[in-house]
Amino acid sequence: MAKHHVATTINGDPVEYLCDTEQTLLDVLRDNLQLTGSKEGCASGDCGACSVTIDGRLVCACLVLGVEADGCEVGTIEGIAEGDSLHPLQQHFLQDAALQCGICTPGFIVAAKSLLERNPNPTETEMRYWLAGNLCRCTGYDKIITAVTNAASELRGE
Amino acid sequence: MTQIQFSAPTSVDDAVRQLTDGGSAAKILAGGTDLLVQLRAGYARPTTIVDIKRIPELRQIKAENGGFRVGAAVAGAELSEHAEVKNSWPGVVEGLDLIGSTQIQGRASLGGNLCNASPAADSVPAMIAAAATCTIAGPGGQREANVEDIVTAPGQTSLGEGEFIVSFFLPARPPHSGDAYLRFIPRTEMDIAVVGAGVSLSLDDGGKCVAARLALGAVAPRPLLVEDGAKALIGTMVDDAALAKLSAAASAACNPIDDKRGTIEYRTKVAGVLARRAAEIALTRARAN
Ligand SMILES: Cc1cc2nc3c(=O)[nH]c(=O)nc-3n(C[C@H](O)[C@H](O)[C@H](O)COP(=O)(O)OP(=O)(O)OC[C@H]3O[C@@H](n4cnc5c(N)ncnc54)[C@H](O)[C@@H]3O)c2cc1C
Ligand code: FES
Ligand code: FES
Repeated sequence: MAKHHVATTINGDPVEYLCDTEQTLLDVLRDNLQLTGSKEGCASGDCGACSVTIDGRLVCACLVLGVEADGCEVGTIEGIAEGDSLHPLQQHFLQDAALQCGICTPGFIVAAKSLLERNPNPTETEMRYWLAGNLCRCTGYDKIITAVTNAASELRGE
Repeated sequence: MTQIQFSAPTSVDDAVRQLTDGGSAAKILAGGTDLLVQLRAGYARPTTIVDIKRIPELRQIKAENGGFRVGAAVAGAELSEHAEVKNSWPGVVEGLDLIGSTQIQGRASLGGNLCNASPAADSVPAMIAAAATCTIAGPGGQREANVEDIVTAPGQTSLGEGEFIVSFFLPARPPHSGDAYLRFIPRTEMDIAVVGAGVSLSLDDGGKCVAARLALGAVAPRPLLVEDGAKALIGTMVDDAALAKLSAAASAACNPIDDKRGTIEYRTKVAGVLARRAAEIALTRARAN
């Protein structure tokens, strides 16, 4: 079977690519499109390092086939900053020391942004449940929660 | 060069044709949260993948005969956001919602959870307790089946070649009805059930139980409908004695495995406790409406 021709929108820009059935969306993003911000931690849906949105829904890119994205709107970590200015979540991850090795960070930021779009003022419990599919082996999570809390209040204009 | 054929049909008939053409090595793809893990592990080796998410019926939730028709590929997050279904069948929504993380909820479906045929699948006991049925499409046309008749053994279903589940039907709720699903896991999120228990019941105006169903997961090679559990409640005021009988019936129905998650003895005991707790929640909900 020939490669699939897929037409998507990624971070607002139309993007076309060719892929094999076996390639996941994460493989396509990283290997075909050089969008290496999304990370592969486990390739089995457990760690959330590959978090992206598809048509506005948070998913693991490692559990989606590249060919499934045909006609869909994909959002990745590369689309979070506006030009050179970082998104408040990105700023607060830096300011509040919410990362060490950084492997988990893109996934956390994409997932947290998706939470704040639905719920601009989440409780700590809501944050922890929403982010339960994002694993971090370095920070112990508390600083991540602080960063998301602070970014949320900044986004609310407080 | 790719070995696996892929198609994303937009009608049930096309999907049946493509599945049938693919033969026994064709696989349905819904949310992919089981299938992609299995592909990666080399455990599933399909020659054809048929993505059913572009078929409208598979993605819809609609009111039907006082109940709801839920497409087999509707994602967990979509069902949880549906206020009417959640109101009528909170236990079913709870069962599906327990699956995985937010990311998994964006994809995981009732059809995939059932047809993956894990004994520990979380939505399945809740669906069995709800007396949910499914509409199956295949080369011979469409047929109906009860959810409890789909899984036959771990990883095995009663679906024939070329058959797949199009939708589920959740029946109308009489007044004073409630359902609940509980699972026991060693942590609060992201784990596989040691035991799962789903209960649905209806009361008459005087509070007497007129209908009940109990289903258990992770305590036998397949999810179980426990008839004796229902018998323990029907005709009673769902008092302590009735709940104790339900609990005993749940434990008696168990035929679990011994593994690192729980011993046979432990699972058998927990099944009784969990069935009772689920019944108590279902009862509170039934009395509230
Ligand atoms: C990190 C993680 C955590 C998880 N946690 C849980 C959990 O807590 N509880 C739990 O129960 N499960 C859990 N799962 C397993 C999985 O998410 C669920 O079983 C899910 O419901 C599968 O649905 P899906 O749509 O993704 O299925 P898919 O992967 O698309 O399909 C699963 C199987 O069913 C078949 N199939 C799918 N739809 C149909 C249909 N309509 N008709 C016929 N066959 C069909 C497929 O061919 C495949 O064999 C977890 C998975 C991951 C990766
Ligand atoms: S790489 Fe996708 S969840 Fe870990
Ligand atoms: S910063 Fe290293 S895993 Fe999170």
